[in-house]
Amino acid sequence: MALNWFKKLKSGLSKSASKVEGAIASITGKKTVDQETLDNIEEQLILADLGIEVAARITKKIKDQKFEIKDKKEINQLDISTTLASEIEQILIPCEKNLYEDISSSPHVLFLAGVNGSGKTTTAGKIAEQFRLQNKSVILAASDTFRAAAVEQLKTWGNRVGAEVVFGTDGGDSAAVAYKAFQLAKDKGVDIVIIDTAGRLQNKKDLMEELTKTCRVLSKLDPNAPHQKVVVLDGTVGQNAHSQLKSFDEAIGLTGMIITKLDGSAKGGVVVSLAEKFKIPIHAVGVGEGLDDLQSFEAVSFSKALVGLDD
Amino acid sequence: MFENLTDKLGNVFKGLTKRGALSEKDVDEALREVRSALLEADVALSVVKEFIDKVRVRAVGEEVLRSVTPGQQVIKIVNDVLIEVLGSNEAELLIDHTPPAIILLVGLQGSGKTTTAGKLALHLKNKKRKKVMLASLDIYRPAAREQLRILGEQAEVSVLPEIDGESPEQIAKRAMAASKVQAIDVLILDTAGRTTLDTAMMSEAKEVFKISKPSETLLVADAMTGQDAVQTAKSFSELIKISGVVLTRSDGDARGGAALSMRSVTGCPIKFVGVSEKLDGLEPFHPDRAAGRILDMGDVVSLVEKAAETIAEEDAAHMMKRMSQGSFDMNDMLKQIGQLKKMGGLGGIMSMLPGIGKLQKQMAANNFNDKAISKQEAIIYSMTKKERVNVALLNASRRKRIAAGSGTAVSDVNRLVKQQQDMARMMKKMGKMGGLGGLKNMMSSLGGGMPNPGEGQNSALDPSKIAELQKMMGGNMPNLGNMANRFGGMGLPGLGGKPSKKRR
Repeated sequence: MALNWFKKLKSGLSKSASKVEGAIASITGKKTVDQETLDNIEEQLILADLGIEVAARITKKIKDQKFEIKDKKEINQLDISTTLASEIEQILIPCEKNLYEDISSSPHVLFLAGVNGSGKTTTAGKIAEQFRLQNKSVILAASDTFRAAAVEQLKTWGNRVGAEVVFGTDGGDSAAVAYKAFQLAKDKGVDIVIIDTAGRLQNKKDLMEELTKTCRVLSKLDPNAPHQKVVVLDGTVGQNAHSQLKSFDEAIGLTGMIITKLDGSAKGGVVVSLAEKFKIPIHAVGVGEGLDDLQSFEAVSFSKALVGLDD
Repeated sequence: MFENLTDKLGNVFKGLTKRGALSEKDVDEALREVRSALLEADVALSVVKEFIDKVRVRAVGEEVLRSVTPGQQVIKIVNDVLIEVLGSNEAELLIDHTPPAIILLVGLQGSGKTTTAGKLALHLKNKKRKKVMLASLDIYRPAAREQLRILGEQAEVSVLPEIDGESPEQIAKRAMAASKVQAIDVLILDTAGRTTLDTAMMSEAKEVFKISKPSETLLVADAMTGQDAVQTAKSFSELIKISGVVLTRSDGDARGGAALSMRSVTGCPIKFVGVSEKLDGLEPFHPDRAAGRILDMGDVVSLVEKAAETIAEEDAAHMMKRMSQGSFDMNDMLKQIGQLKKMGGLGGIMSMLPGIGKLQKQMAANNFNDKAISKQEAIIYSMTKKERVNVALLNASRRKRIAAGSGTAVSDVNRLVKQQQDMARMMKKMGKMGGLGGLKNMMSSLGGGMPNPGEGQNSALDPSKIAELQKMMGGNMPNLGNMANRFGGMGLPGLGGKPSKKRR
């Protein structure tokens, strides 16, 4: 599985990776890391959406690092890449956390939130598939009562993974759907409830309050529910991810995040600064549209892939 | 994050005021801040570099005008170049093609193509009086076609019926045939989301493009995309000829650096922006507004220009006179409300002020908005002529009548009266001071009595709150004093002083 993930991620990240490699290539034949190389490295990190702050700091670390000059009388490009990767790794490792690790209660409620089009419904389906593979029964709650055909989309996923889908009326109360699903899971002894909410922009105050309310309503059935509150972030997002994470965290108190769409040319580098700033666990990455295209997040592989190193 | 760009630039240029021109070193230092701001706004790096070079050429040696600070001046240049890069004119859709004109929508997964298709259909039907058909070529995402069908029903346009087992190419052909038969003016083809790295999907898109020969091929892109925006736009425009961009989710709090990148890289204009989740939430793109937003710096100059346009000189002179006399009745207040509205409402004015982002959010949080202003207007309209001149007439039963007439509560009326009196008092003071009260007083007076349309009791934004806000914003409004001067000393919303014309 790990190898599979790395392969997929690597192919997705290959564009950015090759760029970083290119930047470091300017070191060839040099005995010190000169300003040109440093500038190149910084730029490439910015291009990978790490944000200027983190990019500048990592670049400074490279600058301060003494690189060994061996018989070839030049700095080894690989040494720099390794240093880069390990710097990024250090930031990411504390945030690496398996999505399926803390599942103790039954039914366990997993709550998905995020901005429009970040991939919540698809992710809900993929997570359901993972639980199915673990022989756990799943109910999917179509709490998105706003977007046209959102329920149908989730139903299709439900059919694929053999999970029951609970839904309400179009434009109806989304919290009621979540409640109904949780209640049903309790009655039937279902293991997992995955709640798929409507996408919302983080600056829409009323819609964010609706999320808070839905969580509150769920806690009436079990004070600890929802047990997991996960934000789904689009891997192509830039620095706005910070604002997203902050607002969703304020609204519902996040327990983790999932990064989607890393199979494109997007780098998802914003994850690095997110991890550093918010210390919110990163559970998984979405790397395709298939049922099994949700892979556990691995900090080491991700960091290496980001700078173009082989695992 | 960079709400205080103006502030930073202000610091960079400290002490420069006495010198005559911007030196290369000054400009370089300022541009470093601009670079950071642009990168934080997710403008693509290549575009940032090109942009900075353009600004540098123009800024070095520029004469420092007496009227603005050097920081402001650089910002003005930055702003001008931004607008240039974003395209200075609104770009219309080119659909006056022999019917059916075809619009092809392409983009990454989740960028908002299907929603945009629905919005575009409604826009063309209502605003352009076109007969529209929607067709979904997305055979991959579950319920994508169903979603488009529902949106089509909501927009009341025809939607191509779904037939299972067809390829996107086949659907495109069938849609073209059907729209000919039905005498459709514009056929909108919604495609599946795809990454540009997926060669199979890209060649499918190319094939559809070849078959349909669209009049417009619009790239639908998320305003929140990061540095990858450029990569995506570039690959799409290399593989399929794109004629324009639709930027979705512009109502979020992203700076929209993607807008700048898209335009630069594809060379195509941004034709529309998505501004809400609703079907009518699609607007033509205004490059100038986007420029201000990318830097989150506001545009003091255009605020002044706008004020000059909006407020007739006579009005201003009249207001000035009344203020100096300290007489400020409901008629004056009504006029002010009208002017405020003409200038684009509170939101419009706020967005033009530098560093005011935080205050804006705070105001939104307090439901302090244009609705409240309209409500005030309604209350005044429900008063008799006599009452408007002489507020003292307003006894309890009159107030009750006014509240009923304007659909508000008596407490709202009371609050308005109190506000009017506060303002009258302040105007008198300002009149005495020769009108140098400035924005600060205006803000507290505005805050003093704006009724909250939401809850009753503790709803008004009281002056102490505003004062707090101002403290909070601290140095973020560095040039207010300057601005107040340029307003001829009057505070908003009166804008009584005759604003000076832009000096260049």
